Amino acid sequence: MTTTTTVQAPAYGYADLPRLMALMTGDEKHGPAATSTLDALWVLYDRVLRVSPGTVDDPGRDRFLLSKGHGPMAYYAVLAAQGFVPVDVLPGFGSYDSPLGHHPDRLLVPGAEIGSGSLGHGLPIGVGSALGLRAQGLTDPAVWVLVGDAELDEGSNHEAIAYAGPAGLDRLHVLVIDNSSASHARPGGLAARFEAAGWSTATVDGRDHEALHAAYTTPHPGRPHAVIARVEPKNVTAAR
Amino acid sequence: MDSMRDRFARTVTELLDQDPRVALVLAEITRDRVEEAERRHPDRVINVGIREQLLVGAGAGLALTGMRPVVHTFAGFLVERPFEQVKLDFGHQGAGGVLVSAGGSYDWPAGGFTHMAPGDVALLDTLDGWTVHVPGHADEAEALLRHAVAAGDDKVYVRLSEQANRDGLGVDGTRMLTVREGRGGVVIAVGPMLDNVLAAVEGLDVTVLYATTVRPFDGEALRRAAGDGPDVVIVEPYLAGTSTAAANEALQSVPHRVLGLGVGRRELRRYGDMAEHLRAHGLDPASLRARITDFLPSRMPAA
Repeated sequence: MTTTTTVQAPAYGYADLPRLMALMTGDEKHGPAATSTLDALWVLYDRVLRVSPGTVDDPGRDRFLLSKGHGPMAYYAVLAAQGFVPVDVLPGFGSYDSPLGHHPDRLLVPGAEIGSGSLGHGLPIGVGSALGLRAQGLTDPAVWVLVGDAELDEGSNHEAIAYAGPAGLDRLHVLVIDNSSASHARPGGLAARFEAAGWSTATVDGRDHEALHAAYTTPHPGRPHAVIARVEPKNVTAAR
Repeated sequence: MDSMRDRFARTVTELLDQDPRVALVLAEITRDRVEEAERRHPDRVINVGIREQLLVGAGAGLALTGMRPVVHTFAGFLVERPFEQVKLDFGHQGAGGVLVSAGGSYDWPAGGFTHMAPGDVALLDTLDGWTVHVPGHADEAEALLRHAVAAGDDKVYVRLSEQANRDGLGVDGTRMLTVREGRGGVVIAVGPMLDNVLAAVEGLDVTVLYATTVRPFDGEALRRAAGDGPDVVIVEPYLAGTSTAAANEALQSVPHRVLGLGVGRRELRRYGDMAEHLRAHGLDPASLRARITDFLPSRMPAA
């Protein structure tokens, strides 16, 4: 048996994600709903988050909490591409012996910080994570929580948003994937809710990698930060 | 004598001083009793406002970073309102923490049903892995709180009450205590029910066990006390019958009978004071004696 101390470059890139998703879905063509999170997740994992398969238990790692656990194929594909999840478990997606369910389970998926599925749980847990890191003097790690625009219907999010702004949790970040799936919404309402609670916000095209990266890395001293990534409407045909 | 809630405030302040892993998470309730701790540990005494889903979710998030959260408010707002957070954010996430409630089933009768939570322990019984402590005295509340915080990453519920027994006993966070021994049946008194139970069984030939840790249920102590063909009465300060299934499981290898006494399901729609509510639920000494002797008629000496 040989060992190596060199750090391997990720074996997969952005262009491989459709193929990795196809291992779960059986089809390389994926509609907007399945890929709504794909670009935002890729840029975050590839260029921003300071966490790797070797540091998943490091207290100083950045935390990414997928709160919107629905349609997790894009998430699993990114985790596989980045080396957290072995590619050979992807085809078993959703089967009895698979670690990969239709909603993720943190005790089964390497690199998953939380299990999700029931909407509205990730952001309060993210608030607690930011508080816990601060209380331990770990002021460097960032906490990121991905939510969907319709997920923000859940009142638990508003408890967290309204608390985190005044509390000045500046290591807390929310990534809202806005695919216009909320039944009751007003234009500009997403960012306004965060701003009213004292958050920094940025609204960008959720398919534009440079714009996403700029929004992710915008300084926001003393305030939590929300990035609203707009993508194609989920029900574009139904809405016509 | 200080109340359990006062003792909780003092004890958790000491624990915050001693252990950097401990964090206290509040939703306004009891904040006025921990002001000194909040000054000394502003990063570890966290008041989230009147937001109970956030209270429990943030507690779990603290645990996921390695902290030992102590999460506190009234029982209904801690277990019932954010029950899915208790189920998922602690249970499903595999996180540990200490939930400490106040108010119990009937501690503030003038406050009405919105501030009563007789179903809290029964709700936790639908979940896996929760330890449940029900102290009957401020000294016991302190001992059980210390035990709970020291219990690694366990999930622990500590149910404080304004109702208390005159004397605290040496409880250990696991076992039931034998308070008196008899041959005509076993009566288990849970937490604050002990004094009323002892008054109720005065002169009766029964064993009285005292339980302040009801989950896991100390089935071994019950089997030892009950012997062959036992009759068992459980008197609990929350929903009647909550521990009946646990007693049945402990005694499944012998024929037995179990009577579960506690708070009734029916809403009283009455205000008043605690003594009136205990009578209304049949938990005062005279009502308890009548119900216990009715259940154990053949075991009782002729009057």
